Amino acid sequence: MNGAPTDKISHTLEPGWRGVIADWSSDRDAFKQVPWGKAMMWIFLLSDTFVFTCFLIGYMTVRISTTEPWPLPSEVFALEIAGHHLPLILIAIMTFVLITSSGTMAMAVNCGYRRDRRNAARLMLLTALLGAAFVGMQAFEWSKLISEGVRPWSNPMGAAQFGASFFMITGFHGLHVSAGVIYLLIVAAKVARGDYELAVADESAAAGGGAGNYQIVEIAGLYWHFVDLVWVFIFALFYLW
Amino acid sequence: MEHVQGQQHPIGLYLQIWGLLFVLSTLSYLVDYFHLQGGLRWSLILLFMLLKAGLIVAVFMHMRWERLALVYAILVPPLCLLVFMAIMALEADYTLLLRRLFFAS
Repeated sequence: MNGAPTDKISHTLEPGWRGVIADWSSDRDAFKQVPWGKAMMWIFLLSDTFVFTCFLIGYMTVRISTTEPWPLPSEVFALEIAGHHLPLILIAIMTFVLITSSGTMAMAVNCGYRRDRRNAARLMLLTALLGAAFVGMQAFEWSKLISEGVRPWSNPMGAAQFGASFFMITGFHGLHVSAGVIYLLIVAAKVARGDYELAVADESAAAGGGAGNYQIVEIAGLYWHFVDLVWVFIFALFYLW
Repeated sequence: MEHVQGQQHPIGLYLQIWGLLFVLSTLSYLVDYFHLQGGLRWSLILLFMLLKAGLIVAVFMHMRWERLALVYAILVPPLCLLVFMAIMALEADYTLLLRRLFFAS
């Protein structure tokens, strides 16, 4: 603010690369009372929002501009179960599985903050299992479509752009779910092992976002809920439209 | 809301939202099941989609309890995407027009 303290500060400034790191990390926090890990996860999710929206906008563009009729998702994704012809049934089940996994994840966050690490780890494991089930059903859906002759460049049902949009959008989402399953398993293993029990007594460490608290569960949860959120948009705009 | 200790909310709230998401997903599935068409179909799909997205972001991702600085930093930039979408919809309509004019056999 004024001239006098500057000299005092300049003595404590690091030169060189250590100084670069110290300078960048010493900025004042804009997001008060939000741990840095959570702020960074939100910023990553914001960037991911742009990626997924660009895919969906690309899909919208090719679907509007094609002169061929678009394949009916309701029929393409129908299944015969016990003699009944059910439209979109697999996609509906996948939606329910993913919503359920979001619910168990929210409860894992709650358990983490109550320092109930066994249940937090169990619920995260359950979330990861539901996520793996989702990816399994997606693999089944992909094999079914591929065996019916759907390719990224052509398909027997109508507009060729259908395959490109389908494999691109659901593939990228499935990749996110798979990465989320691995991420959840790693965090669940660390929670179960008690890695975040360290320095419990040191409340100031807890406020700084280090060991001794279960913010990591909430941050992993943010990623998982985002994967569910993207599916809400894919379900509505690709499968139902 | 105490942020230093993290976001603590009763499990009952999460269960309620979970139930609501189930109901909304079922409703959007029924839109397809009953073969609703035209404006009614599209408005219902968008309505259920936005309600589900809002519930997930507000409650599961705790956005409604965050400080406004973070809420705006995350929720305002995606508005650009709506502009982008509008531009590309215009562009796609124009492409379709040209294809119909010159490639219709």
